[in-house]
Amino acid sequence: MSEHHENSHGTFNSLMTGFALAGILTLIPFGIVMMEPSWDPSVTIGIIMGLGAVQIIVHLVYFLHLKRSTEEGWTFSATIFAVVILAIVLAGSLWVMHNMNANMMPMTQDNMGALPALPAGAEHGAHGASHE
Amino acid sequence: MATEALHQSPPETWTPLFGRLTWDWIPYHEPILVGTFAAVALGGLAVLILMTYFRLWGPFWRDWVTTIDHKKIGIMYMALGFIMFVRGFADAIMMRAQQAMAAGGAEGYLPPHHFDQVFTAHGVIMIFFVAMAFITGIMNYVMPLQIGARDVAFPFLNNFSFWMTVAGAILVNLSLFVGEFARVGWLAFPPLSGASFSTGPGMDYYLWSLQIAGIGTTLSGINMVATILKMRAPGMRLFDMPIFAWTTLCTNFLIVAAFPVLTATLTMLTLDRYIGTHFFTNDMGGNAMMYVNLIWIWGHPEVYILILPIFGVFSEIVATFSGKPIFGYKTMVWATACIMVLSFVVWLHHFFTMGSGANVNAFFGITTMIIAVPTGVKVFNWIFTMYKGSVRLETPMLWTIGFIVTFTIGGMTGVLLAVPPVDFQLHNTLFLIAHFHNVIIGGVVFGVYAAVSYWWPKAFGFKLDDTWMRRSFWLWFVGFYFAFMPLYALGLMGVTRRMNAYMDTAWQIYFIVAVFGAVLILGGIACGFIGGFVSVKNRKALACGPDPWNARTLDWATQSPVAPYNFPEDVQVTGRDMFWKMKQDGFKWSGHYHDIHMPKSTSSGFVLAVMATIFGFAMIWYIWWLAIVSFLGCVAYGIAHTFNYDRDFYIPAKDVEATEAKDALA
Amino acid sequence: MTMIDTPMTGPIKGPEGPEHHPDHHPDHAHHASPTPIGFWIYLMSDCIIFGTLFATYAVLGNSFAGGPGPKDLFEPGFVFLETAFLLFSSITFGMGMLRADKGDVDGLLKWLGITAVFGLLFIGMELYEFRHLIHIGAGPDRSAFLSSFFLLVGTHGLHVTFGLVWMATLAAQLKWKGGLNESNTRRLGTLSMFWHFLDLIWIGVFSFVYLVRLV
Repeated sequence: MSEHHENSHGTFNSLMTGFALAGILTLIPFGIVMMEPSWDPSVTIGIIMGLGAVQIIVHLVYFLHLKRSTEEGWTFSATIFAVVILAIVLAGSLWVMHNMNANMMPMTQDNMGALPALPAGAEHGAHGASHE
Repeated sequence: MATEALHQSPPETWTPLFGRLTWDWIPYHEPILVGTFAAVALGGLAVLILMTYFRLWGPFWRDWVTTIDHKKIGIMYMALGFIMFVRGFADAIMMRAQQAMAAGGAEGYLPPHHFDQVFTAHGVIMIFFVAMAFITGIMNYVMPLQIGARDVAFPFLNNFSFWMTVAGAILVNLSLFVGEFARVGWLAFPPLSGASFSTGPGMDYYLWSLQIAGIGTTLSGINMVATILKMRAPGMRLFDMPIFAWTTLCTNFLIVAAFPVLTATLTMLTLDRYIGTHFFTNDMGGNAMMYVNLIWIWGHPEVYILILPIFGVFSEIVATFSGKPIFGYKTMVWATACIMVLSFVVWLHHFFTMGSGANVNAFFGITTMIIAVPTGVKVFNWIFTMYKGSVRLETPMLWTIGFIVTFTIGGMTGVLLAVPPVDFQLHNTLFLIAHFHNVIIGGVVFGVYAAVSYWWPKAFGFKLDDTWMRRSFWLWFVGFYFAFMPLYALGLMGVTRRMNAYMDTAWQIYFIVAVFGAVLILGGIACGFIGGFVSVKNRKALACGPDPWNARTLDWATQSPVAPYNFPEDVQVTGRDMFWKMKQDGFKWSGHYHDIHMPKSTSSGFVLAVMATIFGFAMIWYIWWLAIVSFLGCVAYGIAHTFNYDRDFYIPAKDVEATEAKDALA
Repeated sequence: MTMIDTPMTGPIKGPEGPEHHPDHHPDHAHHASPTPIGFWIYLMSDCIIFGTLFATYAVLGNSFAGGPGPKDLFEPGFVFLETAFLLFSSITFGMGMLRADKGDVDGLLKWLGITAVFGLLFIGMELYEFRHLIHIGAGPDRSAFLSSFFLLVGTHGLHVTFGLVWMATLAAQLKWKGGLNESNTRRLGTLSMFWHFLDLIWIGVFSFVYLVRLV
């Protein structure tokens, strides 16, 4: 019987719970961005990314029915492995590329304008590789 | 001057029917290529005539092209590997000869335009179509047998993966005679490989052949993982699996994790070239170093993808020929698992010189040194397995000892390169070339020869000719040292890789020694092939039973050659080295067989791969109508394939009984 | 299409394979179909393709090359509607699966139809957005930022399109090729995973590609 449960696709209640949670977790970040709060942008970014991560877990649990026990735990292990690799690829690339950009030849007054803090659309020059 | 003419690419023209393909792209003015083409064409014609004469087309189609049997697919991968190996080695010896000649103002015989294609093709072919084909072939053949399975988890997918790999190989070889190949080095760094600096179809041959073959590799990786997780014989826990099955599991996890990065990266380069995006361009915000970063995120795991299964091969061989269980089974498994994860955090050591700064370089230097530790654990395990064992020096064991010595040297030069300040001196010198050939030849190539001589009797029912295979080993072993030790010295002198010619005549003697080594290796390859032919000729005399080496794992419980269904009945596994246990208990099949459920052969994989080849060719030459037609053809055929539900059949019990009885008589 | 298909169902299946006894559930884990785990591993590898594209967007996302940036181009309300359509399609697919569990093919097909409509609406909006961006001179060749944006969002869109083709194929098979038989049920299970997975990736897209850049 236990095998039968593994292949089931949840119940109406679990589907609706997932729907409600996903809906809320979608509404909050969009709401915050649309009302353009006055607090520090990094807080907003943190909230958006955090809620995104939570919603991914909600989807995994309620829609993809990820459980530690499925397939003797291999589904779960494979997911963890993929998450680790993703973290390495994302964080590693950012770290490596950021350090490389920081160590590029000193910026001139001219291409300082390429810093992302300036409003978008400002003239950046053609020094593509030397942003930041 | 003749060489000057060769530098000129044909003019860029485009017609709706043929895209940019014109007669000018057929290199009939280059004698080397015309000669090669003539040889290939005559050889091909001879094969066609012989196959027709002996009426082999039907069996070839039924038993090989459309087969979903993991054993036959494995053998086909090995055949592909050896064919491409000949091509890749021809490139290698051409380069060695060129560099031995072109000193102090001499130009040698290969103009830069041609030389650059040769070194690019050599690297691409040796990694993607030789080493990958070999390890996939060995894993395909051996792993399901070792875990007591009837086939892989998705047999059709296996056939499809193989033919996609062949499709990629065909495109690479086609570039010899239709157009040109890339002139950018095996990893094709932009901006050199971008649209501005690599015009012509060479770079596009590179991209499409790797993308198409990459689909096959990724799918094959998924297939093998699912096979190990779901298809093990009843009672076999993961820690009952032979080491080779473990290394296969870890390798294929690496494949499914790393190859997507390659796919994505090459897609970006393709878009840069085809629709003018700016991922890796010099202007408009593109960043070529991002390509280097991404390609090595794939590239470093890739070298472990190649070597891990080979570690598995040597583990099986050492245990069998020492008559002992492998020393430190669990440490072997954990070392493999550690390497699997660590291989993802060392990639930057390939570009310390990029300029990411001391902190980044220090981190990746240290991780690189750490990853040498589990490898060291393995070396000690092999040595301790031999210690106090009754070691039999059969050919597989000879290759194994050759490997341990050679690979350890290569590993140590690798640790030297892991030190960033040292790397700044040696980056892109021949020291690096010597290092990775030291580990790839000493590891993968020796391992493939060991595996072939070890499992050949299982696959064909007779042993390989001992004399010729020993000659092959010694020529390879000695040849390797002659060919690559001089490169270490040259690298320390600061000689960079990929040089067509050089001024300093003091280097020439080292290059001449290296080419001598390459000739010895050629002898080793020739002896191997001769050994193969001699063995087939003397197969009656060399015939052997199902267990010629007194082995320990389940693969040897089957008939030689293995029956289509592998095992006539289920094996109830109760521990490690199961076949050894079974032999202790007086192993015999029960004789009460059941009908065996098997998958049916299908031509779908082959047809899809043919269309993928056409699609790749059309994209390379900008023949848009053909690209659209072949792409839609693939999709339509793929959909149609899913409407076929009649995919399995049963081998009746009495046929199983008859097959097994025949074996008992032999 | 469903390449991962027709698995061998275990090393020994003797004369009593599921074809003969559809209700027979063997007690050994190795007898179960390898398709769910195989497909899950495929999804993880696909996930890493997306991860690479996300990493590229993260690294190149500020390289505007003097061209327009996120605030000039992205409209949160528009993205919200896309997100809603995709989330609805996930729920309607889930409803269909619940019908399938009950063996109700017609109910399942109805829900699949609704799912496909939402999917098409999503794709339609995305195509509209792409067309609009290219029209105002913010195409993928304008800057590295836009290249990485188009590739990431476009790859997701291609996956959704592929899912729709698969859905249509499977609907035809459910209707005319034996309803919820063993093969079709297995295929439905994998398509379900695929569809929910695409919604999951979209969470990353709307958070990281759109919203964060509008702050």
